[in-house]
Amino acid sequence: MSWDNELLERAHKIIELYPQKRSALGPLLYLAQEKDGFISDDSIVEISNLVDITEVQVKSVSSFYSMYKEEQTGTYLLSVCKSISCEINDSRSVINSVKEFTGLENYETDQDKLFTFEEVECIGACGGAPAIQVNYETVEGLTPEKTIEMCEWLKNDKPEIIVADQLQNKFGGTQSFDWAIEDNTGSAYTVPGFQNIGTAKEKDN
Amino acid sequence: MKETLLLTKHMRDFPENSHKIEVYEKNNGYSALKKVLKEDNPENVINEIKDSNIRGRGGAGFPTGVKWGFLAEDEDRYLVINGDESEPGTFKDRILLERDPHQLIEGVIITCFASNIKKAFIYIRGEYAKPARRVQEAVEQAYEKGYLGDNILGTNLSLDIVVHLGAGAYICGEETALLNSLEGKRGEPRLKPPYFPAVMGLYNKPTLVNNVETISSVPWIINNSGKEYAKLGVEGSTGTRIFSLSGHVRTPGNFEIEMGKSFGEFIDTFGNGIKDDKKVKAYIPGGASAPWFTGDQLDIKMTIDDVADAGSMLGSGAVVVMDEDTNLVYAAKSIVSFFAHESCGQCTPCREGTTWLEMILERIASGRGRLSDISLLVDVCDNISPGLSWPPKMTTICPLGPSAVSPITSLLDNFSDELMKMLPTKIPIAQ
Repeated sequence: MSWDNELLERAHKIIELYPQKRSALGPLLYLAQEKDGFISDDSIVEISNLVDITEVQVKSVSSFYSMYKEEQTGTYLLSVCKSISCEINDSRSVINSVKEFTGLENYETDQDKLFTFEEVECIGACGGAPAIQVNYETVEGLTPEKTIEMCEWLKNDKPEIIVADQLQNKFGGTQSFDWAIEDNTGSAYTVPGFQNIGTAKEKDN
Repeated sequence: MKETLLLTKHMRDFPENSHKIEVYEKNNGYSALKKVLKEDNPENVINEIKDSNIRGRGGAGFPTGVKWGFLAEDEDRYLVINGDESEPGTFKDRILLERDPHQLIEGVIITCFASNIKKAFIYIRGEYAKPARRVQEAVEQAYEKGYLGDNILGTNLSLDIVVHLGAGAYICGEETALLNSLEGKRGEPRLKPPYFPAVMGLYNKPTLVNNVETISSVPWIINNSGKEYAKLGVEGSTGTRIFSLSGHVRTPGNFEIEMGKSFGEFIDTFGNGIKDDKKVKAYIPGGASAPWFTGDQLDIKMTIDDVADAGSMLGSGAVVVMDEDTNLVYAAKSIVSFFAHESCGQCTPCREGTTWLEMILERIASGRGRLSDISLLVDVCDNISPGLSWPPKMTTICPLGPSAVSPITSLLDNFSDELMKMLPTKIPIAQ
């Protein structure tokens, strides 16, 4: 499906931020992923028209970066870190908990399109290892039990907006640094919640 | 041993709301900018930075003042802040972005004033959604208050800042790859020459690329002078530095200290020693790209030059501690897998080599290793980084490939017994 006027308007606003159109390609790919949960062929056509490059050029960029997904993601993208600080702090047990709960292997999505699971490289949460991101919102200091609790909560409560601080308070442990500043903003898609691309959403208290 | 708080003072003083512009302004915030605008002499700013002897905090450690001096003349010049912090073990920029975004923005405005730049980009890695939101919020506040936009604080100075989100590619921390990414291309490093950013950077225009921590230091240097900054730390590694401590320590975190103390003292004081009173088997002094030191080398001083002399690098300032029970083959495999995953694929030695190294280590780790795997590892490493020397020689455009060699040479040089232990003692008969 092609993009509606609302999405096109957002796209044009993004393009205006940059001296050259093509610089907006990255943010526009996030819009595409917000829309469909992955980078669809239709969106590739749409974006190629928006920034005046060929479809192949768009595809060559979208396939390069790991945060643009080629297959449909679920509502919640669970990205468990496996890099060195997490690895030596038993991230394997967190990975196994997620696998066990969801029944998914790396890069798989369940049939209900609820969870997508992936093992990822360093997410900059090394002081709070092992760590996970849910829709790019970070939770640190996990245990296998808390991981399963978190997955259960996501499955039962189905929160519309994922907020790092809320998850951290409910399920997290040791942090890379103290978060004294509470925040209610987060992401509602499998895309980072960020004002410039219009994906930052505020949660009601 | 104590922390010396320059960059992290404000966020410690106001843990509840250090990111808000009112709080920043009330506590001397934007005073360096006002001072600079009043004096109206860009040359002075560059001289202060040169006097401070600050060296880039991204990893390469290039003197910032010298870098600024290289910037070629042109009508369009750009400043790009490298906030693509992705080196495993590193989380220092995250705290600066999230907790004190105005300090960075003030540094950006002063830098652009000094170098006559009218457009700046802050490139933040995609996984740092929350820090990016904070920075964007701060940028909007700064526009409202007249610190950004046209005629900043009633002067002729104009500047726009765009916050740009990456999309999960470690290689975009390499400055020319970052510029490609910002141009909407694959994040592949460019060849230098001709693509030195100071001459042919963003959109082929002269561009300064500086790390978040480097530019966050600018307001302090302007307020207190470059000479005062140079008094901190030691010669060649002046000022403070935020070290990210992680691994098997009791209390991990970011700690801002003057460079020059030993790693052992640092780990004991701030990490409160090793969990369960274990011993240090090995530690990484400067992020996953850096060769490891052993538990017998804890007296090495934390300066750029001391670490280099000892055969590694201070890099991004990420100290990862591994205790006596760590399986170092698994640890090395984790790091090599990282680089194999993050290789951009341009250069064959890196694209193929890192994947080979990963597969060989995987085979050894799963108990199916062969005695010949050791020489195979060395051979593949030698193709990426001839001679396996330090600093590494390269057969690649950027240092990512040689970074994957570091954990393997660390294993072979100091922990070969661990590697050998995982190889089968009996040689299977060929079928």
